[in-house]
Amino acid sequence: MIAVENLTKCYGEATVVDHVTLTVERNSITAIVGTSGSGKSTLLRMINRLVEPTSGRVLLDGRDTREEPAYLLRRRIGYVIQGNGLFPHRTVAENIATVPRLLGWDTRRIEARVRELLEIFSLDPATYAGALPHQLSGGQQQRVGVARALAAEPLVLLMDEPFGALDPIIRAKAQDDLLDIQRRFGMTVVLVTHDMDEAFRLGNQVAVMSGGRLLQYDRPAVLLTRPADPFVSRMTGLADRAMRLLSLVTAGEVALPGASDGPAVPPTATLREVLSELLWSGAESARVVEADGTVRGRLTVAAILARGRP
Amino acid sequence: MSSAALRAGPVSGAGLARIDPLGAVLVAAGAAALAFMPFVLFKSNRIVPGDPRTLAQVLPAWGLLGCGAVLAAGAVVALWVANARVRLVVALLGVATVALAAAAAGDALTPPGDKVVRIAPGAAFWVLMMCLGLLATDAATRLKPGPALRVLFLAASIGAAALALAHGTFDHLSVMREYAVNAVRFAHEARQHLKLAFGSLAAAAVVGLPLGVLCHRAPKLRPGILATLNVIETIPAIALFGILMAPLGALAAAVPLADRLGIRGIGAAPAVVALFLYSLLPIVANTVTGLKRVSRAAVEAAHGMGMTDWQVLTKVELILALPVILTGVRVVLVQNIGMVTVAALIGGGGLGAFVFQGIGQTAIDLVLLGAIPIVTLAFSAALVLDALVEVLDRVKA
Amino acid sequence: MALASVLRIAALALLVAFLLWPQSFAPLFAPLTQYGAPPIYDQGNLLTLALAQLGTVCLAAAASTIVAVGLGILVTRPSGAQFLPLSRTLVNIGQTFPPVAVLAVAVPMVGFGEKPTLIALFAYGLLPIFENTLVGFRTCPPAVLEAASGMGMSARQRLLSVELPLATPLILEGIRLSLVINVGTATIGSTVAAKGLGEVIIAGLLSSNTAFILQGGLVTGLMAILLYDGMAALERRLLRPVTLD
Repeated sequence: MIAVENLTKCYGEATVVDHVTLTVERNSITAIVGTSGSGKSTLLRMINRLVEPTSGRVLLDGRDTREEPAYLLRRRIGYVIQGNGLFPHRTVAENIATVPRLLGWDTRRIEARVRELLEIFSLDPATYAGALPHQLSGGQQQRVGVARALAAEPLVLLMDEPFGALDPIIRAKAQDDLLDIQRRFGMTVVLVTHDMDEAFRLGNQVAVMSGGRLLQYDRPAVLLTRPADPFVSRMTGLADRAMRLLSLVTAGEVALPGASDGPAVPPTATLREVLSELLWSGAESARVVEADGTVRGRLTVAAILARGRP
Repeated sequence: MSSAALRAGPVSGAGLARIDPLGAVLVAAGAAALAFMPFVLFKSNRIVPGDPRTLAQVLPAWGLLGCGAVLAAGAVVALWVANARVRLVVALLGVATVALAAAAAGDALTPPGDKVVRIAPGAAFWVLMMCLGLLATDAATRLKPGPALRVLFLAASIGAAALALAHGTFDHLSVMREYAVNAVRFAHEARQHLKLAFGSLAAAAVVGLPLGVLCHRAPKLRPGILATLNVIETIPAIALFGILMAPLGALAAAVPLADRLGIRGIGAAPAVVALFLYSLLPIVANTVTGLKRVSRAAVEAAHGMGMTDWQVLTKVELILALPVILTGVRVVLVQNIGMVTVAALIGGGGLGAFVFQGIGQTAIDLVLLGAIPIVTLAFSAALVLDALVEVLDRVKA
Repeated sequence: MALASVLRIAALALLVAFLLWPQSFAPLFAPLTQYGAPPIYDQGNLLTLALAQLGTVCLAAAASTIVAVGLGILVTRPSGAQFLPLSRTLVNIGQTFPPVAVLAVAVPMVGFGEKPTLIALFAYGLLPIFENTLVGFRTCPPAVLEAASGMGMSARQRLLSVELPLATPLILEGIRLSLVINVGTATIGSTVAAKGLGEVIIAGLLSSNTAFILQGGLVTGLMAILLYDGMAALERRLLRPVTLD
C-alpha cells in the first residue's frame, strides 16, 4: 500500500533520514519508534510531502506520490499531529468539514459525514457541532482532530505523536478508539511515537529508527526475540522484555479447555495482565470468561511463564 | 517546516545567475528616470517653474563618463552581485556621485557672479537618490550593523555632508542659494527649533517620570491619569497651540514677571507648553510599562539587602526600566522635532518658519531649506536613541 | 460599563448636535471672543468640513491598509522573506518623517489640497498596520498551520482560510490606531488648503479668535475619541472569541 523506497533527507551536511526502505501493508498499523532526532517525524512527513525527499521515492498504491501536486495528494491522506492544530476560529463541525469542502462535496453529504463522525467519537452533535475548539477538553479536542483527519474517507492515516498530550487514562481510551476505527474503516495507519508500549500495543509492524537509519522493521514479537541491533533491544527494554512479550498475546488466544476456581479474566486481557492478577491473588490458574458469562477455558501460571520466553 | 523555507534566498551565496528582484526594480526606475525626467531645472529666478535639463546636457564629457561609469557599475551590482558589503559601498558611491553631479550642474549652468539664477534638482535627481538610497538601506539592513556602527555611520555621513557644504561644493544649487540669503536667520531658527524640541522633552521628562512612578505605585490613579493624557493626545497640535494662546496671553498681561521671562500669548510659550503636554503620555505610559516589567525577584532581593524604597527605585527599578523609558523618550523626541515645525504658525519660530514661508511663496527651495534639516534631525534622533536602547538592552541581558 | 456607554452616546449626540446646529451653541462660545467677533465659525459649513476631514483620513487609511497588509503578507511568505528587513526599515522611516515635512515636500509634486495630505497621512499610518500584520501572522499557532498544510490546503487557501482570519483582530487593532492618530494629524492639511477642521483652527489663530480654535480642536478631538471607541466596539462584536478569556 505504501512503499517507501530508499528515502533520504539531508539538511545541508546533516542526514536526517538515511536511505530508509519499508513497505506498509494495506489495512494494517505500522508504528515508527525512535528517540528524538531519530528522523521518524521527518520520515512520516515525507510520505505526504510536507517535507520533500532529497532522494528516494514513495509509492502510494503503486503510484509515485510526486505525480500530482502535493496539496492534492494530502487531501487523500489523513494527517493528525500532536497538538491537533484545530482551527481556533472555526467550529468543530467546520473543522471536520475542511477536507470534504476542499474536495467539493455537496452540503448534505458533508453534514451527514460530520454527524456520523461525531457520533462515532461519542461527541453529541447537538452539543458539540457548533462549539469552538477552546470550549472542549483536551481529550475531546484530540478526538475532533482524528475525526477531522478521517472526514474525507482517506485510506491512509498518518499520525505524529497523536496521543502525546493526553493524560494516561484518556490515552488508553484513545488508543483503543484508534484500533477500533482502523478495523471498522479498514485503514492503513502509520503512527510515529517515542513510547514503546504504545507502539507494541497498536502496531502490527514496528519500525525502529536511530540516527536516521531504519534498524529493524518487523512484528513486535520478532523485535523482542530477534533484535537486529543492540539499540533495538535497548529500546524495547532488556529488563522487562519477557513482560513485553506476554503483553502481545491475549488470554483468549491461548486459553486451554478446563475449569478453574481462580480469578476471572476477560479473553481480551493480555497474558501480562493475567499474570499480574494471578500474582496478586496467589491463585495457580485463572478462569477465562466472556462478558456474558460463558467460560472459554483456563490459564495456568506455568503455561503463561512458558510464553514469556522466545 | 516546509522545504521552501529552507531554500537559501538569492542574497546569500554567489547567486550570479539570478537577478535580484529588488535590484531589477530599482535599476528600471533609475534608468527610466534618467532617460525621461529632467536631472536639474534651470530657473531664471526663484519663482518660475524652470526649464528641464537632462544629465547629458549639464555635465562635461569626462564628468558624464565618470558619472555614467559609476551608475552603470551600480546597476550591475544591484542586479547580479549578492554580497551586501559590495552593494552598500557601490550604492553610497552612487549617492555621492549623483550629489556631486548635481553640484557640478549647478556650477556649469550658473553664469559667473549671477545671484538670481536658481538651479534646482529635478525629478531624475530625486528618483536616482531614492533608488540608490533604497539600495544602500537594503544592503545596510542585511548586514545588521550593531548600534555603535550605526551611530558611527550616521556621524560619518553627516560629517561628510557638512564638509561638502562648508567647502561650498553645493553653493550653486537652489537650496544653498536660499540658505545664503537667509544664513543668519537659519542659524537662529535652527537653534530655536532645537531649544523648543529638547526643552519640551526635558520638561516632560522632569514631570512625566515622577508621574509615571506614581501611576505605577498607585494603580487606582492609573486609568484616570492615562485617560486624561490620552484625551490630550487626541486634540490636534495646532488646536492645542491655539487654545493655550489665550490663557498664556492673559497670564502675560496679569503678571509682568511672566512677560519679562518670555511667556507670552504668542510665540514659543504656547508651543512649549503644548509640546510638554503631548510628551507626557508616551513618557508616563512607558515609565509605567517599564516598571511593570521589572522582575519582582530583583526588587525583593534589593529590599532584602537593606535598600530603602528610594534606593530600590533609583538604583534598581528605574535602571532596569530604562530601555522602555528611553523608547518613550525616542518617540517623544521624534514627535516633537516634527511638531515644532507647526509651532512656526503661531510665531514660535523654528525651521518650520522656512517651510511655511516656502509654501506661501510657492518656493520649493525654501521649503527644502526647512524640511531637510528637520528630517535629518528626526532621523538622527531616532537612530541615536534606538542605538542607546539597544546597547542598554544588551547590557541588561 | 453602562456609564461608559452613556458617556459614549452623550458625546456622540453632543458632536452631532454641534455639527448640525452650530449656531445654537453660540452663547457657549461667546465669552471666548473679543471685540464682537463671531463665536461660531461662519466661513464654511462645520459639518461639511468635519466630513471632509473624516473622508480624507478614511481614504488614507484604506490606502495604508492595502499597502501595509499586502506588504505584510508578502514578507511572511518564503519567497518574500528577503524583503522583510527592508520593508521594516522603510515603514519605520515613514513614521519618523514628520508629516508636516512630507506635506510640504509633496506640494510641489502634486499641488495643494487633498493630495499632499493624503500622501502624508498614508506614509504616517503605515507603521501600526504593518507591524500588527507581521505580529498577527507570526503568532499563528504552528500546529494550526501544519495541520492546514497537512490536510491539503494550497498556500493560497491556507492564507485566506486560516492565516488571515486569525491575524484579523491584530490588523484591525493596527488600523484603529492608524485612523485615530491620523484624524488629529489631518488638521495640518489645512495649511496646504485641504478641506478640514484645520481651516477653522487656523482662522482662529490668524484672527486671535479662541472660540474658533476651540471649535476646531474639540470637534477633531471628539471625532478621534468616538472613532477609537466605536472601532473597539465593532471589533468586539465582529470577531468571534478565539481564545480562552
